[in-house]
Amino acid sequence: MAQTTTASTEHPAEAHGNFPPFDSHSFGNQLLWLALAFGALYVLMSKVALPRVAAILEERHNRVADDLAQAAKLKSETDAAIEAYEKALADAKAKAQAIAGETRDKLAAETDARRRALEADLHVKLAEAERQIVDGKTKAMGNVRGIAVDTALAIVERLVGKTPSADEVDAAVGRALPASQVQ
Amino acid sequence: MAEKIDPIHQFQLVKIGQPLFHIGGTEVVLTQSSLYMIGAVALITIVMLMGTAGRSLVPGRLQSLVEVMYEFVASTVRSSAGHDGMKFFPLVFSLFMFVLVLNLAGMMPYGFTVTSHIIITAALAVLVILTVIIYGFMKHGLRFLGLFAPSGMHPVMLVILVPIEVISFISRPISLSVRLFANMLAGHIALKIFAGFVVTLLGAGLWGIISPLPLALAVALTALEFLVAVLQAYVFATLTSIYLHDALHPGH
Repeated sequence: MAQTTTASTEHPAEAHGNFPPFDSHSFGNQLLWLALAFGALYVLMSKVALPRVAAILEERHNRVADDLAQAAKLKSETDAAIEAYEKALADAKAKAQAIAGETRDKLAAETDARRRALEADLHVKLAEAERQIVDGKTKAMGNVRGIAVDTALAIVERLVGKTPSADEVDAAVGRALPASQVQ
Repeated sequence: MAEKIDPIHQFQLVKIGQPLFHIGGTEVVLTQSSLYMIGAVALITIVMLMGTAGRSLVPGRLQSLVEVMYEFVASTVRSSAGHDGMKFFPLVFSLFMFVLVLNLAGMMPYGFTVTSHIIITAALAVLVILTVIIYGFMKHGLRFLGLFAPSGMHPVMLVILVPIEVISFISRPISLSVRLFANMLAGHIALKIFAGFVVTLLGAGLWGIISPLPLALAVALTALEFLVAVLQAYVFATLTSIYLHDALHPGH
């Protein structure tokens, strides 16, 4: 209501149906208030408000950067731990394999030695047995000659009726028997 | 009836109280325009200070708003004026917030649009262009005039190009101020006219049947005007940044 009255009182004094935005009478007043208002705004923003926002954003940025750096550090530590663990595991595996191989070799060597000893033992026994066989054979062949002499002596005595001398028969048997068979 | 739907009436300045004092022939008097400006400054300052009062690492709503505004204007300045343009960031931020709040305040019912007065937008544009000129000469001296002479040009071409560059430079504050002023003025006039149609048609008997048509248009225009209000503030800030870029890097 006050609006219309002031507007109408203003009307005859300043503008005769003038378009208000182009009414140059009001320019000075508007410029002054604009300068005051915008100047105050600029000072408040540049000196107070914006530095505060910038500080907050800066702090957050630093915090995030710190956290990221710490995360990266922790990750590298974890990686190192994993690497150490894997190395230890590989070492343990290698060691286990070495022990297993060593044991296997030792056992194989032991078995080999025992086998060899057994073989040598068996060889000795075999040789002895062979020798015994040869002895038995020789002895048996000796007996064969005695029997041949006795038999020849008895046969000649029955046929001829006369007893030959033992040496003669022995010599005859010796001639008749091939040398190899006597041996 | 005709007085009621006068679309120009909304731009009338209203004096509040008696003139405070006189400077020369100009009487200094509080008007609704000055109250809107003071209110806008107060609102911006309160929001900025309350939003940053908590200084919390994880922002609340108000702090988010403040940070979004800050980052938005900062990215505009960075992309248009470059990183060294950040020394003008307080100026661009103040301009953007001032124009934005005043544009939006004009969208209030019975509101007054301060930016629909060309003297206001012209003053802001002159402020920008003076900043460009003064800073340009302070930083680069006479080399700042290289702005008008693209390097690597044949002297004959310069005869044609320099006047074009000078005219384009001079037209910058004009286009900057007229763009904002005209958008605000035309939008509010259009709104008022269509809203006036609704009233007129309702008062014209049978014609009242088609009154929803201008009403729908007025609603659509209101949405458009909100867009324009925000967009023009952004355009003002972006163009300011681009012009400041010339002050920082006058070479083409």
